[in-house]
This record gives sequence, C-alpha cells and structure tokens, in this order.
Amino acid sequence: MMIRVLFFASLKEQLGTPNVEMETTASRVDELLQQLIEQNPRWKPHLQQGTLLCAVNQQLCDTEHPLAVGDEVAFFPPVTGG
Amino acid sequence: MAATTTIRIQEQDFSVADNYEQLRRSAAYGAVVTFTGLVRELVDAQLSGMFLEHYPGMTEKALQGISNEARQRWQLGPIQIIHRIGHLQLNDQIVFVGVAAKHRADAFAASMFLMDFLKTRAPFWKKEVTKEASYWVEAKESDQHAVQRWNDQK
Repeated sequence: MMIRVLFFASLKEQLGTPNVEMETTASRVDELLQQLIEQNPRWKPHLQQGTLLCAVNQQLCDTEHPLAVGDEVAFFPPVTGG
Repeated sequence: MAATTTIRIQEQDFSVADNYEQLRRSAAYGAVVTFTGLVRELVDAQLSGMFLEHYPGMTEKALQGISNEARQRWQLGPIQIIHRIGHLQLNDQIVFVGVAAKHRADAFAASMFLMDFLKTRAPFWKKEVTKEASYWVEAKESDQHAVQRWNDQK
C-alpha cells in the first residue's frame, strides 16, 4: 500500500526532504520507521532520536499505532510553539 | 447560545483590542481573560528574529481538541486562539489566547490550560535566528511539567 510520510522542523532539515511517498507492507508505525531506515541508511541516527514524536492522520500516537491504506504519517521533534 | 471556538493560524499580526471586542459581545459572560505571547530577547545570544513552522491541518485539529477538553472542564463562552507563523521580529506578537466565561475563575484556569497544552501538543516549531546562525529551539522540560499538573488534577 502507498503511505505518505511527512517530516517537520529539524528532522526535515536533517533528512533533506519534507515528505516521501512509499510503497510499504508495514502494519504499524514502528515497522514503517524500520523500512525507512533500511531504504535510507543515512537517516538512521535522525529517525532513532528518542524524543521524536509521530502522528497518524494528524493525531499524535505511539509507534505501535496500526497503519491502513492512504494514511498520512508524520514524524517530528518535540513541539515548541507558543 | 452555543459558544464559538475561533482558531486562526496566520502570518499577519493581530489586534488584541479587536479580539477582546469579539470576546465581550455577549452579556451572558462576566469575565474575559486574554493572554498574548511575544518574541523575547535571548540572554545569551543576539536574537534578531524567529521563524515559526507548523503542520497545516494537524495544528488546527490539535487546537480544536484542546479547546474541546477545556470546555469539558469549565463552563466557557467564546474561545479564541490565534498563532502566527513565518518570520517574526523581536517583540512581535506570536500567540493570543482569549477566553470568556460567566466567572473569572473558569476564564483564568481555562486560558492557562489552553496555553499549557498548546505549548506541548500543537505542532509548531520555533527556529531562533541570531546574527551568526539559526537553530531550532529545544523543547523545555518545564513545559511538560506544566501540562502534567492538569493531568494530575483530573
């Protein structure tokens, strides 16, 4: 299935891209992360930052969250607005 | 009368006076509390400005969700949340939170709650720009503690 993955702020700069569209069989966010790292070994230290947050369909969630066709997944550092 | 929640993410500045006039329209509410956040000078670096990035779509959803939670805790009238994005200069306004309620205690508590959750849940990121360089602001542990206080009170 196709999944759209978005990156924001410092993570977007570290990876050098704001988003990727990827074909995946991942059933959960953590499997998707693993696949992203396998396809882009240079991204490993950035995607393994313990403080990284993730959202599926614009809702904060943990990395055990299930994935479905057409989901929008986002990874980003802790938020600093206000 | 259904109380409205207004959420705006915008590059342009806002007028606290105009926002306040919107919040005080109904005689049903006897208290309006407003908070305005500004771009502050750094102690250890020459800050010249700031850049604010956000996650379009999720930001509005997150702020709507936080407002809904506030409405479950307190009896509130209109709520306004305005957050600026893009390039900002020192002393510029960044964020506005305004809450109307029948009584002051609810308006004070809800505005504090909204700011505490905005700072830890709404997907905004600040990049500070000094004369020499620019760098992403690190999240503060004190902001996490501020939000934990509300969870403990549930």
